[in-house]
Amino acid sequence: MPLLEVASHSYAPAFAAALLRPDREPPSIVMGPRGKAAAKRYNVYRNNVMVSLIDALAAIYPGVQRVTGVDFFRAMARFHIRATPPTSPLLFDYGRDLPAFIERYEYARSMPWLADTARMERAWLDAYHAADAEPLSAASLAAVPSCQLAELVFTAHPATRIVRSRFSALTIFVANRSNDPVGSINAASPEDALITRPDYDVVVRHLPPGGAVFLTHLISGRPLGEAAASTLEISPAFDVAAGIAGLIQAGAFTAVTFGEP
Amino acid sequence: MSAKNVVSSLILAGAVTTALATIAAAGPLTKAEGEAAMAAQKEKCYGVALKGQNDCAAGPGTTCQGTSTVDFQGNAWKFVQGGTCASIKLPNGKHGSLKPI
Repeated sequence: MPLLEVASHSYAPAFAAALLRPDREPPSIVMGPRGKAAAKRYNVYRNNVMVSLIDALAAIYPGVQRVTGVDFFRAMARFHIRATPPTSPLLFDYGRDLPAFIERYEYARSMPWLADTARMERAWLDAYHAADAEPLSAASLAAVPSCQLAELVFTAHPATRIVRSRFSALTIFVANRSNDPVGSINAASPEDALITRPDYDVVVRHLPPGGAVFLTHLISGRPLGEAAASTLEISPAFDVAAGIAGLIQAGAFTAVTFGEP
Repeated sequence: MSAKNVVSSLILAGAVTTALATIAAAGPLTKAEGEAAMAAQKEKCYGVALKGQNDCAAGPGTTCQGTSTVDFQGNAWKFVQGGTCASIKLPNGKHGSLKPI
């Protein structure tokens, strides 16, 4: 039976070969009754694949879609999908390249903040799907003798993400993730976002100047003393106490251990 | 231990004390800034994957999405309607635009 042979491992790749390429002929294994051409039938699959991938991107990047409007978003998404088809069947994992694509996309160049807004949306979804973990409690920190504080090493929560932007990407993100009217936004002020999910709800916070550097050091495993000192070198006005209070309140970490003195 | 770290140790002891006092006194705060919760959170088990299942997704008005060979890209900006980008101001005083520059 030729059909069974084909079905074993070569059918799917052969069938899929032209799904994202409307300029190509349908695969020769696709045919209508009595061997007739089946372009219309194959086009049903082309449409369904493309629409479901565009819908997946729209679901991952709802804020970007609201900024650009639905029609622009779908046109841009379609172009991106043809250039970067999915490599995994997990649709929630698709679209990681869209922010970089937006950065290069000719028709989005006048919105230089849009790629960072997209990065925040991607980080939001990654935080949403990250493993559950109990955040570090204030009590655990309070139990550390003050002479050992400088050597403390923090373990990042699986959901914790930091997205830095030269633009007001966070304000734009927040304004466009709801259905409320969007007022006038000045895109010029740099904003850093901390994305966490201490429980079931993803929470996005605006980090103060120095906050992103401080947290990035801690996430990479540098001891608290070093992290604070390096941050103060770059941002002398950084409030270490507020930074520590903030990381506890945000649930950005799960545990503290003692590094090598 | 370097001099830099000694300074930090002193700062740290005070900073942690202040931080813990802040948390104890204020409880959960900084709610105002940047919280972006969505209704979708309540469907944690499915999230976005639920919306992107590969069943018959193409509805009315979408039938050419996968088959048209027309270059949508060059005309993309013409489709703009209802986007919020016009209310977002750029550093040079211009508004966001979907037109080529």
